[in-house]
Amino acid sequence: MKEIVIISGKGGTGKTSVAAALACIAEKTVLADCDVDAADLHLILKPEILAREDFYSGCKAEIDPGKCTSCGQCEQVCRFSAIAHEGGFYHVKALACEGCGYCYHACPAGAISLPEQKVGECYVSKTRLGSKLVHAKLGIGADNSGKLVAKVKKEAKQYAEKEKQDFILVDGSPGIGCPVISSLSGADFVLLVTEPTLTGLSDLKRVWELAKKFRIPGGCIINKADLNPQLVNVIKEFLRDENLLHLTELPYDEDFHHAITLGQSLVEHAAAKWRAQFQNIWHNIKEVTL
Amino acid sequence: MRIAIASGKGGTGKTTLAVNLALRASETDHVVLADLDVEEPNSGIFIQGKLLSEEQKFRPVPVWQKEACTLCGKCKEVCHYNAILILGNEILVLPELCHSCHACSELCPAGALPMRNTPLGWLRSYKSGHLDFVESRLDIGVEMASPLIRQTLEYLDRNFSEADYQFLDCPPGTSCSVITATKEADFIILVTEPTPFGLYDLSLAVETMQHLAKPMAVVVNRYGIGNDEVFRYCEKQQIPVWAKLPNRRQIAELYSNGEILYTRIPDFRAGINDILKQLKTQSAQP
Amino acid sequence: MKIAFTSTGETWDAMIDPRFGRTEYILIYDEASDSLTSYDNRDIIKVQHGAGPQTSQKLFELAPDILITGNGPGGNASSILQRMQLKIFVGAGGFTIRQAYDKYKNNQLPQGG
Repeated sequence: MKEIVIISGKGGTGKTSVAAALACIAEKTVLADCDVDAADLHLILKPEILAREDFYSGCKAEIDPGKCTSCGQCEQVCRFSAIAHEGGFYHVKALACEGCGYCYHACPAGAISLPEQKVGECYVSKTRLGSKLVHAKLGIGADNSGKLVAKVKKEAKQYAEKEKQDFILVDGSPGIGCPVISSLSGADFVLLVTEPTLTGLSDLKRVWELAKKFRIPGGCIINKADLNPQLVNVIKEFLRDENLLHLTELPYDEDFHHAITLGQSLVEHAAAKWRAQFQNIWHNIKEVTL
Repeated sequence: MRIAIASGKGGTGKTTLAVNLALRASETDHVVLADLDVEEPNSGIFIQGKLLSEEQKFRPVPVWQKEACTLCGKCKEVCHYNAILILGNEILVLPELCHSCHACSELCPAGALPMRNTPLGWLRSYKSGHLDFVESRLDIGVEMASPLIRQTLEYLDRNFSEADYQFLDCPPGTSCSVITATKEADFIILVTEPTPFGLYDLSLAVETMQHLAKPMAVVVNRYGIGNDEVFRYCEKQQIPVWAKLPNRRQIAELYSNGEILYTRIPDFRAGINDILKQLKTQSAQP
Repeated sequence: MKIAFTSTGETWDAMIDPRFGRTEYILIYDEASDSLTSYDNRDIIKVQHGAGPQTSQKLFELAPDILITGNGPGGNASSILQRMQLKIFVGAGGFTIRQAYDKYKNNQLPQGG
C-alpha cells in the first residue's frame, strides 16, 4: 500500500483541486484530508459521515472557585496573561491559556485542574465516488500540531489495510509547520503543486527544504503555467537541481473555479479536457512508487 | 487604527490586498504595514523598500547547567510540552517544543535551568516611498509563530503608535497564530473568493473573529468566478462587503511578477479606494 | 550488535513502520542472543508535539547500535539521535522486518538520519 501526499507551501495553487481530480482517477484508494485547519476536500466529494470521533489535544487550566484562596500565585507565574482577577475571583482566560500547567504546579491550594480539551472532530466518510474519506475539523484557535493530522493518516491507513486498498491519497496541510511534517511522515511520494509566481516559488522552496529531510521521492505539478513562462523555467530548473520529477504543467483555466462551484472535480466537469492529463499524472506517480 | 487582514483560506489575496491598501493609503497618510505571516512572509516580494534596521528576535528558553543539577527529574515532570528529555545523566532541552512558560526553570530546586535568550527570527524595518514596512521572519526549524508575532506587535506599539494606519498581513487559517495576530487589532478585513472553498473557509474565519468580538468587513476577491453564495452569507451574518475586486487573467499575470495592482488596473484601484474610504469612516467613529 | 526497527507489528513478519516519531512499535533484535523483543510505542498517538523526541528518548533507553527505519527521523528527532552515536539506515519502508534485516546485512540500505 502506497501513500501519496499532496502539498503546496502556498495556499491557492490548486492543491485540493488536484487532489479531487486524482481521487476520481485513482482506483482502490482511501482519501485523507489533512488540511485540518480548513478542510475543503469534502466540498467536492460530498461525503456521507459513517463514523465520528472527538479529538482531544492539549489542556487548558481551570480554577475551582470553591478551593481557591485568592493567593494570586497563579496570576504571578502565568507568562501568557491568561489569569485575571475580576470581581474578587481568579479565573482563566481560555483563549490566552496555553496549557503549560505552571499555575497548576504553583497553586498551594490544589484549586487548579488541567482538563484535556476537545479541539476537534475526526470523521470517516464514504464519498460519492465510492471511496472512503478520512477528514477532520479543528476548532477555533486550536493549536494545530501534527497530532490530528497523524490521527487522520492513521485512520486512513487502517481502512486501507482493512479493505485491501492499494493507495492512500493525502490532501496535505498548507504552510511549513508541524502539520505539514505530520502529513509527510510515512509518505511514499510527495506531490508538490505550485504556481509560477514569485510568492509561489518562494513558498515552494521553503516547503521543499523541510520535506527533503524525509528523503521521499517527489514530483511537481506547475499549475497556471501559462501565466508566466519565464518563472516556469525557473521552477523547472529548481526541480532539476533538487531531483524532483516534473510531472506536468496545467494551464490557468476558469474550469478550476467552475468545477469547484458546481461541486465537481475537474475530471468530472470537463472530462475531455482533463481526464487524460490526470490519468497520465497518476500513471507516472504509480511508476515511481510501485 | 490597527487593521488586520486575514482569511480562512490561503491564496485568496490577503497579501495582495494588504500591500495595495498600505501603499495607496501611504500616499496621503502615515502608514505602516507589518507582515505577520512569519512562517512565510511574502509581502516583501511586492515592496521594494530600503532596509532601515534589522533586529534579531529571541525568546527565553531554559539552558541546562550540569554542575548544579541533581537529576531529580522535576523539570521533565512539570513540562507539558515534552520539551525536556532525560537521557541517562543528561538533561536535554528541546527549544523547538518549549513554550517559554518558565515552569521548569522556576520550579527546579537546584536552579539548574536558568532561562536564556534563544534565536527566534528576525524583524526588519524598511521604507518604501512613504510607506513604513516591517517584516518578521521565523528562523527555519522554529515552529512557533506566536512569540514572534507578539514581539512584532510590541515593536509596532513602541515605534508606530502615531501612525494613522497599521495594516497587519496575517497568517492564513484560524489557528492560534492567527488569534495572536488579530487579538489586538481594532478592525478585521477578511478576504475571500466567491467559491464554495472561499465561502466555507470564510465562515470559519468569521466564527473565529466573532469569538474575539472584533468588528469586521469582507472583501471579495476574484469577483466573477463561482457564485453569489458568499454575499448571501455576509448579509445573513450582517457583515458588510466593502469591495468586489475583479477577476482577470491580466491581474494574475501582474501578480505573478510581484507588481502593484492598484497602479495598473483602474477597477482594482477603485476597489482599494472604496475600502480606504470605509476605513476612514470607521476610524472617525468613537 | 543490537538492531532497532520501527515496526507496525511485533514479529519478524510485521511490516516496517516507515515513520520514526509516531512508529507503533520498536523492535530490538539482539544478534548475540538471537532474540527479538518488542516495545509498544502506540501511546505516542496521544502526544501533541514532540513525537520524534519522545520516541528518541525511548530508543535511548533501549540503547541499540543500529536503527533501521523507512523515511528516517525528522528534524527534532534527528538532533537527539545524533547524540546517541547511532547508525541509522533508511529505505526499509515496504518490507517486513525480516526482509529489512536481510537488506541491511547485504548493504542494500542507505545510511541516513
